Amino acid sequence: MMAARPAEVSLAHGVVLYLNGISVSFDGFKALNNLSLAIDAGELRCVIGPNGAGKTTMMDVITGKTRPDEGSVFFNQTVDLARLSEAQIAHAGIGRKFQKPTIFEPLTVFENLELAMKADKRVRTTLRAKLGAEERGRIEATMRLVRLEREPARIAGLLSHGEKQWLEIGMLLMQEPKLLLLDEPVAGMSDEESERTAELFLSLAGQHSLVVVEHDMAFIESIARKVTVLHEGSVIAEGPMNQVKNDPRVIEVYLGR
Amino acid sequence: MTERLYGARGWTILGAGAVVAFVLFPVFNLAVPAGHPLHLSNFWVTLAGKILSYAIVAVALDLVWGYAGILSLGHGLFFALGGYAMGMYLMRQIGREGQYQSELPDFMVFLDWKEFPWHWWMSEHFWWAALLVVLVPGLLAFVFGFFAFRSRVKGVYFSIITQALTFAAMLLFFRNNTGFGGNNGFTDFKRILGLPITTPGTRMALFALTAAVLIATLLLARWVVTSKFGRVLTAIRDAEQRVMFCGYDPVHYKLAVFTASAVLCGIAGALYVPQVGIINPSEMSPANSIEIAIWVAVGGRGTLAGAVLGAGLVNAAKSYFTVLFPEYWLYFLGLIFIIVTLFMPRGVLGAMSGRVARR
Repeated sequence: MMAARPAEVSLAHGVVLYLNGISVSFDGFKALNNLSLAIDAGELRCVIGPNGAGKTTMMDVITGKTRPDEGSVFFNQTVDLARLSEAQIAHAGIGRKFQKPTIFEPLTVFENLELAMKADKRVRTTLRAKLGAEERGRIEATMRLVRLEREPARIAGLLSHGEKQWLEIGMLLMQEPKLLLLDEPVAGMSDEESERTAELFLSLAGQHSLVVVEHDMAFIESIARKVTVLHEGSVIAEGPMNQVKNDPRVIEVYLGR
Repeated sequence: MTERLYGARGWTILGAGAVVAFVLFPVFNLAVPAGHPLHLSNFWVTLAGKILSYAIVAVALDLVWGYAGILSLGHGLFFALGGYAMGMYLMRQIGREGQYQSELPDFMVFLDWKEFPWHWWMSEHFWWAALLVVLVPGLLAFVFGFFAFRSRVKGVYFSIITQALTFAAMLLFFRNNTGFGGNNGFTDFKRILGLPITTPGTRMALFALTAAVLIATLLLARWVVTSKFGRVLTAIRDAEQRVMFCGYDPVHYKLAVFTASAVLCGIAGALYVPQVGIINPSEMSPANSIEIAIWVAVGGRGTLAGAVLGAGLVNAAKSYFTVLFPEYWLYFLGLIFIIVTLFMPRGVLGAMSGRVARR
């Protein structure tokens, strides 16, 4: 199938993530139903849909947490994600932010970023790992980016909810992923924090591909270029925000209530 | 952060402990003559040596439970296996001085066996015994851990299967046909490395060696938990998913720490057996392994020093209680556990320091 579209093999404009006909059932409930989706390199894509539409399951499939019953997932056009473990997928260049901020609470902000940093993550190297100046610099740069530079030694569990979200985003960036999956990144953030997050995401697009799942429509409108609407495990609409907003099916299942 | 692990006071206590073990104990036991009021009797040396070998086990369990969050309730098995490996060698050292004056240990003569079973091969060599002390617990932990961690067995389910593992091993070792002396196990040792095993000099050497291994264990464990590896372990304990999505394979990390921990237990068992003079399958009883977890909980999880403190406190209390009110010890142990869980969730060390001990 890739061979049939040779024009897209170039990395600059290519498809970074390609889901083809994915179906996943849990005890007979079809969480994903023949879902197909393509994300371009450098794209910022928003995915919306009512509860139970399959947004989180889709992320689970991409990150290897759930295996698809049918269909295939390709990353960078050649990497078959269905064959890799979660850790291998992370290594390949996919970072994921969870709905509930998932950070290492007893460790400091600095240590959280240190652990996430792209490195050889096998046991033997980790035992002897020492931080170099260059690596410290990268951690500090990320701390500035997520505005936590003033408290590197703060225990992560003591951060505010919004700061935890930012720390988690910082951890993703330390992995230097090609693709970031962000599940409700502004949940629990103040308006001001949401605004800053929107700015951050817009600045990341281009160097990274981002897939943002959100319920906060104001946030989506502030960042959206292309929007995908999921319903009952399939894509029902895809396109620019204005077009999607006026789609009668989307209004019926999601927006119009 | 990492410097806080032992702290200045911790290092001082460790140094003081080393002075007591390597200077005061030998002086008061060997140089001060028996009958002198300051003489330290062999009884105390053996008791202290026994508790120090328990402390090694406690530190080993703290590594997997306190840091990686894996509650193993089968660590008594690794301890016992190390003890049995050493015990086989000690049985061979008896030579022909057993009841039946045979090359074979008494229990084999009693079973009318004519030669050593295959697994006693090479057991007359000390180096072979030393190898088995490390390899047998290590290999078992590796294989068992591989399947358990790969299948993502966690939490209480992991604890239960480790209990089942040690229970199954106990039943196996109880059988006479297994070739480890059945329910009597090994005892009546005479020599180690050709030296008589009950003389004060040998006892003191074994005690000092145990103290040295405990100190080495504490240093090694500190190095491990303050490394990036140690932070990954803590991270696995608190947010395993995030660890995976950061690109670490938790299975490798758990396997590494679980195997290392089992090896430490094996070494502790090998030090314990020549000092107490007996090893039998009751060391593998599920309750024994639970007791190890209680030591760590009492002392304070995830602090290393707490494990030593807990092993010391509980075993000192046990020695005292089992002499005075032997039938009430288990009730008392249960009571300690409940009190600690309710009122000192971070253990005695956590309650004493009141702060820090964040790992």
